[in-house]
Amino acid sequence: MSVIDKKIETPKDCGTPNHKEVNENGIGLLKYLIVGMLFGIIFVKGEIVSWFRIQEMFRLQSFYMYGVIGSAIVVGIISIQLIKGLNIKTIHGEKIVVPKKEFRKGQIIGGFIFGLGWALTGACPGPLFAQIGSGFTVILVTLVSAIAGTWVYGRFADKLPN
Amino acid sequence: MEQFIEWITQPWPWWVAGPLIGLTVPTLLIIGNKSFGISSSLRHVCAMCVPANIPFFTYNWKKEMWNIVFVLGVLVGGFLATTFLANPETILVAEATQQDLAALGITDYSQLLPAEIFNWENLFTGKGLLFFVIGGFLVGFGTRYAGGCTSGHAIMGISSLQWPSLVATIFFMVGGFLMTHVLLGPLMKLVGF
Repeated sequence: MSVIDKKIETPKDCGTPNHKEVNENGIGLLKYLIVGMLFGIIFVKGEIVSWFRIQEMFRLQSFYMYGVIGSAIVVGIISIQLIKGLNIKTIHGEKIVVPKKEFRKGQIIGGFIFGLGWALTGACPGPLFAQIGSGFTVILVTLVSAIAGTWVYGRFADKLPN
Repeated sequence: MEQFIEWITQPWPWWVAGPLIGLTVPTLLIIGNKSFGISSSLRHVCAMCVPANIPFFTYNWKKEMWNIVFVLGVLVGGFLATTFLANPETILVAEATQQDLAALGITDYSQLLPAEIFNWENLFTGKGLLFFVIGGFLVGFGTRYAGGCTSGHAIMGISSLQWPSLVATIFFMVGGFLMTHVLLGPLMKLVGF
């Protein structure tokens, strides 16, 4: 088998494991656009994209963000328990798979580094996109820099403690 | 109808926004067996554009297109909410936070982000370097190193009761507290606030 023919598989931990058996294209992808749009609207209407809300959170001066994250987790836990308990299938009739996350040192070191950036930019990756959409075009620079940071991690991943 | 418009243009309380965000988890699982996560989109962009033969970026990114489409949706949603559903009032921020931020030179609450920091004029200054370039880099590097961000770990990971995600989330907060309470003040002085 030549190198070109060699099938490249998605690595196990690419961050957003995709367990749908058949690839989706075109119209099939539209539903993710719609869910993303609703998500973006919630981000702006909940003011979660606001640098000020993140400052309030880290200064422990408002309950707001703790309420958002806490209630999101509660709803998430109940949903996943229901999916498991009732053996709910996807709309395509496939069994729903929630991949297991392995513990690595990166979750500590990388998590800490991300936290430093989170407090500076006032945004985790999701809000970055919503901020650009809401007219803060300069955040494009932050996004490009975040992509560069991701690339540098990928470049040196095997040399970092993990 | 008018009442509905008035209601929907208000900022939404946490007990509306939070549960709706939580519902993204089962929605993505049910419509396509997808695990919720946003920072991976940054990795997919790298894989698409500059894989450079790095093993970390050589995988079948076409299968992950849904994630790119999803974040484009988030961008469009941000546009729609700001264009059609914007709150006409200034953003309400806790009194104590306003006092703390005033001491750092931040007093403009007319937009969701402080105008003193987030504008194009700051791009080629120390302010731009700190908040956009270094801030963005730390977000991108850290989130990939941690294997996920607030959506992948704090929401999806903890929702599926995975303790490594709880560890990651605790360290997100540790980094944030350190930046906010120890580093932010001196760094802002350094770049001219």
